[in-house]
Amino acid sequence: MNTGDLHLLTGAYVLHALPPGEHADFERHLPGCPSCSEEVRELAATTGKLASAVAVVPPPVLKQRVMARVAAERQAPPVVPRQSRRGGTRRGRALSRFALAASVAAAATFGSVALWQYQEARDARDAAQRTEGRAADLASVLAAPDAKAVSGGFAKGATGTVVVSRTLDKAAFLASGLPNPPEGKVYQLWFADGGSMRSAGLMDVSGTTGAAVMEGPLDGASGIGITVEPAGGSAQPTSDPLALMTLPA
Amino acid sequence: MKAAVHIGGPASAGPDLQELLGLVARGDQNAFSQVYDAVGGSVLGLVRTVLRDPAQSEEVAQEVLLEIWRSAARYQPSRGSAMTWILTLAHRRAVDRVRSAQAATDRERRAALLERTPAYDEVTEQVDARLEREQVRRCLRALTELQHESVTLAYYRGLTYREVAELLSVPLGTVKTRLRDGLIRLRDCLGVCA
Repeated sequence: MNTGDLHLLTGAYVLHALPPGEHADFERHLPGCPSCSEEVRELAATTGKLASAVAVVPPPVLKQRVMARVAAERQAPPVVPRQSRRGGTRRGRALSRFALAASVAAAATFGSVALWQYQEARDARDAAQRTEGRAADLASVLAAPDAKAVSGGFAKGATGTVVVSRTLDKAAFLASGLPNPPEGKVYQLWFADGGSMRSAGLMDVSGTTGAAVMEGPLDGASGIGITVEPAGGSAQPTSDPLALMTLPA
Repeated sequence: MKAAVHIGGPASAGPDLQELLGLVARGDQNAFSQVYDAVGGSVLGLVRTVLRDPAQSEEVAQEVLLEIWRSAARYQPSRGSAMTWILTLAHRRAVDRVRSAQAATDRERRAALLERTPAYDEVTEQVDARLEREQVRRCLRALTELQHESVTLAYYRGLTYREVAELLSVPLGTVKTRLRDGLIRLRDCLGVCA
């Protein structure tokens, strides 16, 4: 089947009207065809209207049954390419695995930093496990369905990754290879918001690894920075940033 | 009839639903309860339209809703709205069920299909959905007869395009094209954005 014919299958595809073979052919064609993908998104949204038009009032017992099952049902982690996982065990472990799965998924996008990121996520998990609340916060950002990561190197071989979830309106910063700050100094994180810097809290570094959910919402931030500040932190940066990173879109 | 109409109701609750799914992905049962309230009626209505059998429909709708709970973390906003993701999942499950039952009841099914009763007349009215229903109905009427029949047989009855072609006695290529241009015309009439 040639490409021209495949273009015509957008309608049949979103209606689930293709036999399995052609359905698979079309799905292979989709990633390389932006115009088809756009049309599929629009036509799928259109079929959604057809569904809403036949909405009924569900019997209350259906909700009761579903909610009862939900309480006992395990959840799947975010998509990890070519791998399917089935639920976690306890909540805590599930979260850690979420974090790992998310960073592995993110790493797939940023191939060269994959290994480092995996290591980083493990370190982050270990660090995070020391404080459970922080672990949950951090894991929730790393595991967010829309989490995106950007990595970069900065001074003296240190590297940093910023993970952003637009739906959670949160960012997390992971750093490795950072020396402990000089006596009486701390690392402080910043959101770059237009022309100004907005404090996003302090970051503990132990054993050269730091992982923190940045304080405050993303709002309009376009980037993040890290500086060395006097103990307790500053209202505005008082030193040149060790690193400035642009947030992923 | 070119003017696009803007539809209210559950399908326009996009951003909120997406936010709720983010919470569901992290095990928030309260958020899931809200997702259920927003989508339960459309999911059951769609499944029931395709399957017709009420008991089987509730069973499949329940599976779909549990799948939303299980796989909320896999929802990718870049591929479309949360509502579209959920209803696509519901349609897929309903169609799978109808096709798995097909071999056994092929003959009865064909007989039933030939009645071609418009699906949207069979279901209970829901006040909230009435406006949306009217707009969809108006836009479906604006299609050519062949577009209308092809789209509704495929979507509301779960037929493959080959089955549609056979049933309507038109060439395969024609059905493929009508499914696409019918949906494009519906999209424009309903003012749908991806």
